[in-house]
Order: sequence, then C-alpha cells, then structure tokens
Amino acid sequence: MFTREQVHAIAALAQLELDPHEIELFARQLGEILAYADEVQQVDTTSIPPTASVVTRYPSDRPDTVIPSLTPEQALANAPDPATRHGLFRVPRVLG
Amino acid sequence: MNPPTTVRDIRDRVRRGALSATECCQDTFERLDAVDASLHAFNTVTREQAFARAAEIDRHLDRWRDRPLVGVPIALKDNLCTKGIRTTASSRILDTYLPPYDATAVAKLEAAGAVVIGKTNCDEFAMGSSTENSAFGPVANPWAVDRTPGGSSGGSAAAVAAGITPLALGSDTGGSIRQPAAMCGVVGLKPTYGRVSRYGLIAFGSSLDQIGPLARTVHDAALTLGVIAGADASDETSAPEPVADYAAALTGEVGDIRIGVPWKMIEQGVDAEVARAFEASLGVLAERGATLVDVDLPHARFATAVYYLVATAEASSNLARYDGVRYGFRAPVEGGRDDEGHDLLRTMYAQTRARGFGPEVKRRIMLGTYVLSAGYYEAYYLKAQQVRTLILRDYDRAFERSDVVAMPTSPTPAFRLGERVADPLQMYLADVFTVSANLAGLPAISVPCGFTQAELPVGLQLTGRRFDEATLLRTADAYERITGWWMRVPHV
Repeated sequence: MFTREQVHAIAALAQLELDPHEIELFARQLGEILAYADEVQQVDTTSIPPTASVVTRYPSDRPDTVIPSLTPEQALANAPDPATRHGLFRVPRVLG
Repeated sequence: MNPPTTVRDIRDRVRRGALSATECCQDTFERLDAVDASLHAFNTVTREQAFARAAEIDRHLDRWRDRPLVGVPIALKDNLCTKGIRTTASSRILDTYLPPYDATAVAKLEAAGAVVIGKTNCDEFAMGSSTENSAFGPVANPWAVDRTPGGSSGGSAAAVAAGITPLALGSDTGGSIRQPAAMCGVVGLKPTYGRVSRYGLIAFGSSLDQIGPLARTVHDAALTLGVIAGADASDETSAPEPVADYAAALTGEVGDIRIGVPWKMIEQGVDAEVARAFEASLGVLAERGATLVDVDLPHARFATAVYYLVATAEASSNLARYDGVRYGFRAPVEGGRDDEGHDLLRTMYAQTRARGFGPEVKRRIMLGTYVLSAGYYEAYYLKAQQVRTLILRDYDRAFERSDVVAMPTSPTPAFRLGERVADPLQMYLADVFTVSANLAGLPAISVPCGFTQAELPVGLQLTGRRFDEATLLRTADAYERITGWWMRVPHV
C-alpha cells in the first residue's frame, strides 16, 4: 500500500495529473502489484550481470551519408499547434 | 463445412487467374460488414485504398504474379504505422494520428502483394491481455461473444478467427500475439527478438517488442515470416542473420525433434481442460516420433514479476513522448501560472496525459516511473534484469537437452469480458507462460490444440532457440497436419 503522498510524487515525476479517485486506486493497486513483484527478492543474484537487451550482434556500421528524411511540413503535420511558417512546434508560454 | 480460406489458397487462385484481387477484396469486406458490428475487431477500415490497390494488382498481374502474397487481404494491428492511414494504438492520445511513414513490416507485406484492409483494435499501446483496455471499447471473441479474444492483439486474432482476413499482423511484448491466437483458435508467431524490424511499431517495451503474424495455418505464418524478416537500416536491433525459407522447412517430419516439457512449471494453476488438451498434444507428437524430455526452468516462475518490472520501466520512458507537442491530442490550457505556481507548459503536459491515456496505461507508467526512481532502481529494475539473465540461462540449459520447449499458451481458455478488469494483477497472470520467451528473446508459436467442452479453443505453445524459427515452425506444422484443429471455425 502506498500513501497518497507517494502516489502524488510518482505522478509528478511521470507528468501525470491524477484525480482523487485515481490516487486512492493506484495507492492500493501499485502496492498489490509490487508486493507480487517483490518475489524477485528471493532470488540470489550475487555476481549475476543484468540483461538490458538480448541483442548479441549488431549490424555493421554504415557510411555516414545523408539520406532522405521527413520534410518540415511532414514533421509538423500531426502537431496540435504548429507554427508552420517558421517550422516550429508551438507550446504554451513558459516565461512570464 | 469447407475448411477456412488460407493465404496459400488465395495467393494460388489469384496467380492462376481463378480469383481477382478485386473479387477477393469484395468477399473480404462483405464478411467484415456481416460480422464486425458484433466483434469490433477493427478501429479503421481502409476500403477505398484496398480496392485501389487490388485494382492495381489486377491491372498489372504480370508484374505481381510471382510475389509471395499476391492479392492476400491483411489486417494490421493499430500500433503499426501506416502512411496517411489513421494509427491510434487504441489510445485517445493518438486518436487522429496520421503517420508520415509505413512500418518496415507493412511496407514489405505490401511489396509482396498483400492488400491492407484495415487496422485492428487492441489494448491501448498493446498493454493488456483482453483487449478491454482499448479506448474504443473491447473486441468480442468469435467463439463466444461474451468472452474476450485475449490481448493485446485481440482484434487481429478475432479478424482471422472470424474469417475476415486469412492473415493479420500483431505485436508481442509479453504474449500479445500468442495468447489471443490461443484464445481465438488461430496460429500466432512471435519471432526471435531482432528477426523482424520494429521500425514503425509504436514502442511499448523496446527490449521485448516483436512484430509477428496471426494466421489460420503454420504454413501461412511461415510464409509471412519469410516476407517480413530481415535486417533493416532503420532498426539497429534488427538482426543480420540470414532469413531462411521457412515454408520450405515444413516437411511434416518430427522424428529428430526433442520436445522439452517443464513439468514443474505447469503442474499448478492450469485449467483442467487446458491441461488435458496440452498433454494430448504431447502424445500426438510423441506418436509421430518426437522424443519427450523433462526440462527445468527454475527461474521461469519469476518471469511475470520480472516482466512487469522491466516492461513498465521501458513503457514509462517510451510513453514520455506523448506530451501534446509534436503529435496527438493536446489538452487546452489558459491563463498564466496555475495555483501551485507551475508554468502552463507543465500543466499542459500533465493534463494532456491525464485525459489522453486510459487507466491501464497510467498504472504502468506509474509503476515504471517508480521502479526507475532514485532509491528503488537497484531493488526493482536492476534486480529484475539480473533475474532476466537467469531466465535466459535456464533456456540455454533446456536447449542443450531439447530442440523446442512445450507449454500451454495460456493457463485458461478465453475468460468473460469484464471478469478481470477490476483486478490488474489477476489479468497479468494470464501471461504466465508467454512472458519468458520475450525476456529471453526467443521465438515462440501458439498453434490450436483442441477445444474445451464449451467449444473454446486451446493453444499449444512451442518455444525455440534464437533464430531457429525453422525448427519451431516444422514441429508446429507437423502437429497441425496430424490434428487438423485449424479447420474448425466459429459460427459467428
């Protein structure tokens, strides 16, 4: 079980606004899921290296040549508030 | 009743001129229109584009005739990018997203002559085991419409099971191709990690995600894998290993195959009818000449715990990109600073994500953020990665004694819609036999192996050595030829 304050702190790190109902729900559910996941603590992992990726062979290096990519218009086409003429993504004001 | 139409049937008839791509397209949409109102397998139907493409194939049949999938209608999971065609990952945050490019696997299928007929419903961002986490509502199982088709590629599995298309693509991060394939009575293949380029697959857990086919037969899955596999300059994790002729490997012979069975792992928590079907399938393979050997995967019982630590950590980073700036939904915000002094930009991020994501996605972002946060990283994320190494080593040892490892795909047949929604942990345990193949990067297939008394399909899962899809497919195909379960179709 997490406290409401803990859930609030995680939500802030995750850039998520939660309503009071979600905070109550996640406090309980995250606690239950982690209690289950805690079974990994039983495993002796002394001197066992972590596996972050199972890739063992990467394709060889390629020449650093320019290849076609998205045009600014294509890149901006899905933006909720594009500044198309300037080729920019517009966001709400950050500085006073 | 006639056996269901396969990829091979359609391809051969189009080649011979006995069926035009346009006629095939008409049949497909007729079937879709008749059944999809009750299944809800599709988020988007691409009728116009499909008929235009079919007409192009018919017009220039000489150019297309030799392509391996000429005229074959396919459905694509809605987390695969399709140029100019709405791609949502079943999330509100991507409700109107029109990708500027095609996923590599999609481009390869189209170059092989396939005709895309639509985008299939799935759990939001592929996070779920029932398709109930879709922002657009759940998919129904064609065998029993009050049950889930499994997930997350539930729409793809339902589309194939219901005979809308003979082929669909799904993605599998912890079982999301194999589990719905089992629950809908179709074949589902998760290739080796790196076998198929992930370019254009909307990322969930990048070290686990793999694209693969759902089909009626093992042959059709093998044929499709041959088309979509291979190295891709756009995905650094795609593998340079040569692509085999998988369809040619299907000899029907299993006399040289040793099948490892991890009895200890499956002796508990498996539904009695699933266990019976599984044991009977081992008997069939043994009778055909395969050797059964006991193998032990002592760390596999930790796989679900490891998976939900690793996958959520990766998801929390991958989904950070949905912030209302470059694409997708943005929550409107007004004024200067909010009450707590946050600037409007941060408020916009937090509200966009609050309104754009559904509950399961939020839950996983929260869990992943927590396990990566200072003070918990070592205890959870790093520890999980170490146990992941031990799971990998378990499989390495098992493959010294065996060529494929057999398990049930899912511990239960399809469960009822709504039954597990309120209990996320119970839902996660649906993946208990599928997640370890993703953690170890191994290829695995689910092939129909019988039915319960209530006429619900059961799946046999076979897991193989890295890049040895040929042996995996050969074993599954031999089993399918003997039993013919694939020929049974639901009355939807």
